[in-house]
Order: sequence, then structure tokens, then C-alpha cells
Amino acid sequence: MNENNVTFGFFDEDAKKEIRRAMLKAVALPGYIVPFASREMPIARGWGTGGLQITLSIITEEDTLKVIDQGCDGSVNAVNIRDFILQVTGADETTATPEATIIQTRHRVPEHPLIENQTLVYQVPYPEVLTTVEPDTARQKQMHANVDYAKLWVLLYEDTSQFGDSRISARYPVEVNGHFVMDPSPIPKYDIPRLSNNPALQLFGAGREKRIYAIPPYTEVAPLKFSDRDFAVEDFGGKRCQRCGASDVYLDEVHLDTGVSYFCSDTYYCDTQMETKDAAGTS
Amino acid sequence: MLLELHNISKIFGTGCPECLVLTGDDAERAICPRCHSVIAVNNVSLSLGGDEILGVVGESGSGKSTLLQIIYQDITATAGEIYFNGITERSGARTNILSLSPSRTSWIRNHEMSMIYQNPHLGLNFNFSAGGNIAEKILGSGEKRYATIRQQALHYFGKIEMPTSRIDDYPDTFSGGQQQRIQIAKALSSSPRLLLLDEPTTGLDVSVQARILDLTRALQYEMGFAMIVVSHDLGVINHLTDLTLVMKNGSLVEYGLTDQILEDPQHPYTQLLVSSKL
Repeated sequence: MNENNVTFGFFDEDAKKEIRRAMLKAVALPGYIVPFASREMPIARGWGTGGLQITLSIITEEDTLKVIDQGCDGSVNAVNIRDFILQVTGADETTATPEATIIQTRHRVPEHPLIENQTLVYQVPYPEVLTTVEPDTARQKQMHANVDYAKLWVLLYEDTSQFGDSRISARYPVEVNGHFVMDPSPIPKYDIPRLSNNPALQLFGAGREKRIYAIPPYTEVAPLKFSDRDFAVEDFGGKRCQRCGASDVYLDEVHLDTGVSYFCSDTYYCDTQMETKDAAGTS
Repeated sequence: MLLELHNISKIFGTGCPECLVLTGDDAERAICPRCHSVIAVNNVSLSLGGDEILGVVGESGSGKSTLLQIIYQDITATAGEIYFNGITERSGARTNILSLSPSRTSWIRNHEMSMIYQNPHLGLNFNFSAGGNIAEKILGSGEKRYATIRQQALHYFGKIEMPTSRIDDYPDTFSGGQQQRIQIAKALSSSPRLLLLDEPTTGLDVSVQARILDLTRALQYEMGFAMIVVSHDLGVINHLTDLTLVMKNGSLVEYGLTDQILEDPQHPYTQLLVSSKL
């Protein structure tokens, strides 16, 4: 119990144990979807409760937490989730990617490369990648077990034959460790190559759907693509961030009165670019 | 032999030790009087060569379709063994394909056999385009190059005499006969060694029936696969098959050359069947 009269990490020990067991299984079977008893939370399901339950189950007082929503540390959701976690754990907060030990994210992988001993926790709306082609959950499990992903490939085939390439922009299906195909949560295609061989542990939590899955550090992750077709990420056509001038990052399109502007989606990365620029300018 | 069935039985229900003895051709019933289980297939053995075409005839409920579904492993047999040429254990000894792991079973279904169903909704995925349905089978057999898949899909689409401009249309925009032909293209696109047809032309008008049967025969002659055709239409059997198997109450009552069986039926049920046709 802390001064707020809440147990450390909001949950009782049994709840945390159950979630940790699901995570252990998920790490042991990269890309495999593990069901868990998703708890009632002080925020509504579908607002990051899956990621929140994972974070609360792994966090300690020594941890430093960063929470982002589409790359932004300052959005209402990110701020509220961060404040809540800090209140019930007393952990430290940061916006600096390299300083964080746990990063909870909604729909982005931070631009700054992650390192060992960092944990990236994704908030996932739809964990089952096969739902679009096979609504029957029993059949989905069989298809995963048999590595039978022909139906997903057919979607890829149909898009390629009619539009020249896949139409999927976010939630692009990926094959993990040469076996399970999984939904990487709605991150843009730009982030997909950075899932592979990442030194950080990547955990995925879907609170509403009651599922947890994981990509352990240094695991091979490959987007589904035909062997004679290249995987293409978003192309911003040479556009630059209006604030820091970066061009090799994922950009947000912002419609202002003055027209369309582009800004870094990762606010911490944008800030560091500004600082380097300022330092170069003053010296 | 490409395919060998040894004492295949399928019991729906609890089953008892006397099920198989108390039912079948001699007993003239398919429901066990002891345990009231339905004996859909009763002790059927047969073998099929690599380019033979076998017809299976019999009345409704005689177990023809169940037999086909057991071979394709849509359902599991209660007893018996099936051997398929080339499917062996690591030692090289031939292995019963009914006892394989699920992944090997789906490998056989993707590479070695194909099924054409009476109802196109069972054989085709109506959420995928015609080309997508054909691509699904090609992808299942392991091909991951788009250009090859597209070219194969167009090839088989052309083979069934469809204009290739319609390849990206969805199955519900095609007629019943065309849907049946798309099923044939899908089934053949993995170059299977055995094609299973479950009442392929039932419910189609006569001219379309003839066209599909001619097409099937031409493709079989060209590609050289074995076929098992289930039908209650002796015309279809006569037109398509070399060998015929007659089933009644789950058991095999007569087996031989198609001409022989149609000209000189031995079993009373076959005699009835042939005489009612003529």
C-alpha cells in the first residue's frame, strides 16, 4: 500500500502473477497469441488497457517510464496513462527514449534505436491477424498451428493484381521467427522493418480482446510479401519536418490554415534534432 | 497403385462391436439395431491406379459422399487405413495417411489431392475473387512468387474456357456452371495426382453438364491425374469413368469395369439402378 491507499501497481499480486504467466508463455512462443484474464481498469477498454496491464505487471520502483501516443509524449491519452502509472507505482518518468526502461506506445515505434533491457509495450486493438479472412476462432487456431496463412496471402495477391501493391498501410501482417504470423498493432509500414532483430523486448497487450503476445529481443520479424516483390514503406516524397527539418523520419501530415504541413510524428526525436541544431547555431 | 483403401468404416454414433456385422448389404440396413448408430461406410476396400477414373454410384444415404470426404480427410474414419503412393515414413515404409500429423495432412490436401464439391459455396471462398481462389490453392502448395502465381492463375482460368478479363471478378458474379468450372481450375492449379468430384454437375442444366464433363475429361487426358467421381447419375458415370463401384447401405455391393456393370449388372440393387435409368 502506498499513500494513495492502492497496492503497488494497482493490481493485487495474484492478478499480476497471472498476467506475468501469460507474458512468459508469449515470450516462449514468439508471435503466439496468449489469452489472459483482462481486468477492469479505471479507463475504458479499448483505450490502452492491454498495454497498461502489461506495464503495471512488469514495472518496479527503479523503472523509468515513457508513454507515447502516435509518437507524442504530450497527448491527452499518453499523459493520463503516464500519470496513473506513476501514481500507483512511484516510478520515474521521462520523455527521453534512451533513458526509459519501459516505453508504452500506441501505434508507433520510437525513432531513436532501442537498446537491450528496454521493454516496448504496445497497445493493441485487434490481436488476431486472421480475423479478416477467417472469423471462426477455432479455425484460426488450427491455421496458426498448421502455419496455414494462404488466405492472408490471397489478400496480398488480390491487392497486387488490382492495385499493384498491398493496400494495407497500418497493421501490416508480419511473420515472427519463421512461424506465427501476427498483427503488429496499427503501427505504420515505416516501423515494420524495425521490429526485426530489435534488442528490446516487445510486448503486445489487447485489453478488450484479452490477449497478450510478444517478440523477444533479437527475433527475426518479416513482413508478408511475395519473393519477387519489394516491401515498400511510406514515401513522403522528400518532405521535411517543418519544425526540425528532418526528412528521414515518419512524418505527420497536419492541415493548417496556411496549407498542409509536415511534422515529425516522434516528438522526442524532433526535440533532440532542435537541440542539436541550437547547439550548432550558438557555438 | 496410387490409392489403396483397406477396410474403411465410418460410424456416426456411439458404435458397438456388432455394428459392422448387423448392418450393410446382407443385413439391408445402415442403422445398427443394437446401438442405433449410423454406419455410413461399412468395411470398404479398393485400389486405384495413377490414371484411372473411378465412379461411385448408389442411392441417397448409401455413403458415397462420406467415402469421398474420408479420402480427402474432411472427416475422420472410424476404422481402416488409406495408403497414397509416395507418402512414406522417414524409413521409406509406406504410411497410413489417416494417422499423419495435421500439417502433413494439409500438405497432402494442398499438393496431392483436390476436391470439387456439388455446392460451389463449399469449394470456393466467395470473399475472394476467382483468381484469388485459384491463387489460394497455388499459395497452399508453397509458391511465393507473385508473377508465377498470377501467370498460373491466368493459365488455369484459360483452361476452363473463361475469358481472362474476368479473373478479378468475384464468384457470385458468375453463373452456377461457371462457378463449377472455377472450382475445377482451383482444384487443378496445384497439379494434384488425385481429383475427387462430389456430384460435380448435379443441379446444372444438361448442356452445361455435358460441357463440364467434356472439359474434365479433356483436362484429365492432358494432365493425367486419377479421379473418383461420386454421382447418382448413371449418364455421368458412363460418360466419365473406366471403373464403377456401387454402394448400398454403406457397403460396396458391386465393383468392376463401367461398361460391364452398366451392360450386365449382377447385384439386384445395381440391376434396379440400371433398369430405372433405361
